[in-house]
Amino acid sequence: MKLMSTYAPHLREEDDVRKIMLDVLIALSPAVIGAAYFFGWYALFLCIAGAVTGELFDIFVMRYLRGVKDFVPDGSGAVTGLLLAMNVSTRLPFWAFLLGLVFALGIGKHVFGGLGQNIFNPALVGRAFLLISFPTYMTTWVVPGAGFWKSPVDVVTAATPLALFKEQGVFTSYWDLFIGKVGGSLGETSALLLIIGFIYLLLKKRVKIFIPASYIGTVLVFSSIAYLMNPKYGDPLFHLLSGGLMLGALFMATDMVTSPITEKGQVIFGIGCGVLTMAIRLFGAYPEGVSFSILFMNALVPLIDRYTRPRIFGEVKG
Amino acid sequence: MLTFKGGVHPPEMKEWSKDKPIERVPLPQKVFVFLSNHAGNPAKPVVSPGDEVKTGQVIGEPEGFISAYLHSPVTGKVLEINKILHPILGKPIEAIVIERTSDDEWVYIETGDFERMSKEEVLEVIKKAGIVGLGGAMFPTHVKLSPPPEKKVDTLIINGAECEPVLTIDHRLMLERAEDILQGILIMMKVLGVQKAIVGVESNKIDAYHNLKKVFKGYPVDVALLKTKYPQGAEKQLIYAITGRVVPRGGLPMDVGVVVQNVGTCVAVKEAVVDGKPLVERGVTVSGDAVKNPRNLIVRIGTPVKDVIDYCGGIDENTERVILGGPMMGISITNLDVPVMKGTSGITAFLPKKPQPQKPCIRCSECVQVCPMNLQPYLLYLLSTKRKYDEAVENGLMDCIECGSCTYTCPSKIEHVRYIKLAKTVYRATRRGKK
Repeated sequence: MKLMSTYAPHLREEDDVRKIMLDVLIALSPAVIGAAYFFGWYALFLCIAGAVTGELFDIFVMRYLRGVKDFVPDGSGAVTGLLLAMNVSTRLPFWAFLLGLVFALGIGKHVFGGLGQNIFNPALVGRAFLLISFPTYMTTWVVPGAGFWKSPVDVVTAATPLALFKEQGVFTSYWDLFIGKVGGSLGETSALLLIIGFIYLLLKKRVKIFIPASYIGTVLVFSSIAYLMNPKYGDPLFHLLSGGLMLGALFMATDMVTSPITEKGQVIFGIGCGVLTMAIRLFGAYPEGVSFSILFMNALVPLIDRYTRPRIFGEVKG
Repeated sequence: MLTFKGGVHPPEMKEWSKDKPIERVPLPQKVFVFLSNHAGNPAKPVVSPGDEVKTGQVIGEPEGFISAYLHSPVTGKVLEINKILHPILGKPIEAIVIERTSDDEWVYIETGDFERMSKEEVLEVIKKAGIVGLGGAMFPTHVKLSPPPEKKVDTLIINGAECEPVLTIDHRLMLERAEDILQGILIMMKVLGVQKAIVGVESNKIDAYHNLKKVFKGYPVDVALLKTKYPQGAEKQLIYAITGRVVPRGGLPMDVGVVVQNVGTCVAVKEAVVDGKPLVERGVTVSGDAVKNPRNLIVRIGTPVKDVIDYCGGIDENTERVILGGPMMGISITNLDVPVMKGTSGITAFLPKKPQPQKPCIRCSECVQVCPMNLQPYLLYLLSTKRKYDEAVENGLMDCIECGSCTYTCPSKIEHVRYIKLAKTVYRATRRGKK
């Protein structure tokens, strides 16, 4: 009998990082199916290829560049790949998408030290890179519902509801916004399907409500005030349902690695994201501000964590 | 139901042994009694190889204030005093090895009717009996029962939570020895001069709860029902759950007027003060999926673990881990010749489990949510690996009660507690160096 010497506790919960990542992938799948339905086969292809190549790239970096020979895939590369796919336009050629993915995982994650070490959400780093490198591809949108087999290049282009509103004062129907039958990045358009996925994550206790609630709540308050002052800013419901807010608030800002640890910190983080998003939407040059506000708040997380340290049991108030 | 903030709920695994009445293990042939069978300074041996000793005879005397008497657990002959690996201290410590030559011939402590004895006399008996906290920390009981006069203690809390998975000995004691527990409590109340005692019992031992209630009827001793949650039996968490009082950082229970004792200790106190029996045996649960016949036992101190396991039908040949204590805070041993100590509440043996590889921290904050001390274990782990001990101390390193909830829950399988313990050791050593 060979007895092992182990450290207490000698029991562990079954849960692990892979199960967390798998749940995130499952939670994103309704929106992926929606993307395929609204934007066709290429959208579906980008999602699947994004997840697969993301994970493969992660394995490659860990095994061959960083020399971790017994590296066990954890699914985080797949999550980043899928999220990046959901954050791009279907007009983006695959080679450009791959470049963005390599940038996302390479610069967004591995230069910081890999899983858990990155400051910024890797998918958003990739998206920012693509937006700057390929602005035309990234901001040309296809009309939803052109049919599954239609090539994205042949589909008529459309503006996003936010751009339509900001530039031409045209409103999109709330129902179309809610179910996602509008122009936009392939996974961001359907509030309904994103919420369904998010509820799954909530029920599995993978995320907490604090960041989405404070983020969306702030957008609601901010846009209400702006709307009351001047209706040209758009009404609150429109701001909630359009653009990348739902995808950002439910799935990007909630990334564990790049958001604060404590509940208080998460609320502060969410409020910051909300304020910045609205500031960019209302006063900025871009019609959309979700990704940049999350990236900016990512940078503040160490600071937020420092000032929201929980009070140790038995610590005197003050 | 009373409880505290944080904590986890590991599988209880108590069904293996909770219905097994306490049995007495046959007297061991050889015992190994560590001179350090308590917190504080090791005892000073007062016997030499070749000496004949009787059961209960003093073989070690306390050295210094925080130390305790040692008694021979059997009647026999001292073979040698030798250094063997102490599983808790992690280094070789002197142990008195005694070979049994006959059945028990007892040497009792001088005692009397406790109701007529003075506080000091009772305390002296407890001290002479070598009683230490049987919950596991092995802090000398007579020291705990004599708080400095400026600390106004008004409540005695008895820990019957037994929140560790697998262990059931306290549960059985509360079912089978409730009268002795009551006697022990009344004795300690007298010593402390308190009017109130409360036993905390977790809700998964509801039969024990009802039994104590019945036995305590008419006495100033209450029973509190606690939520089944780990670490419900941790001193500070127990005090908070029962009284709502918060022990200040770096403070002791007596700072909020409380003294905490384990149910097993109550029995030992009764046996010493009423029966004159020194602490030479204790209750031990032997269980785990690798144990053939899990049991609750009374075992003589110094009995090799192997003897105890053999009495339970042995363990599976594929056994991977044997642990002194419960699976959450117990210490794994690789050598079954290690003896049972005064703080050994259980011997648990487990079959192999699938290894779970460690992943980097993904800041999921689970550890922060479950920490009963409101610490940030992920941060303490990071600071410890970076050897930033001072910063770790600022973030509560020394407040960690090492309950292991963070490690238990971590999806990345990071051994926070291991690093925290190491960092504490290093910090203490360097601080001593600076002084």
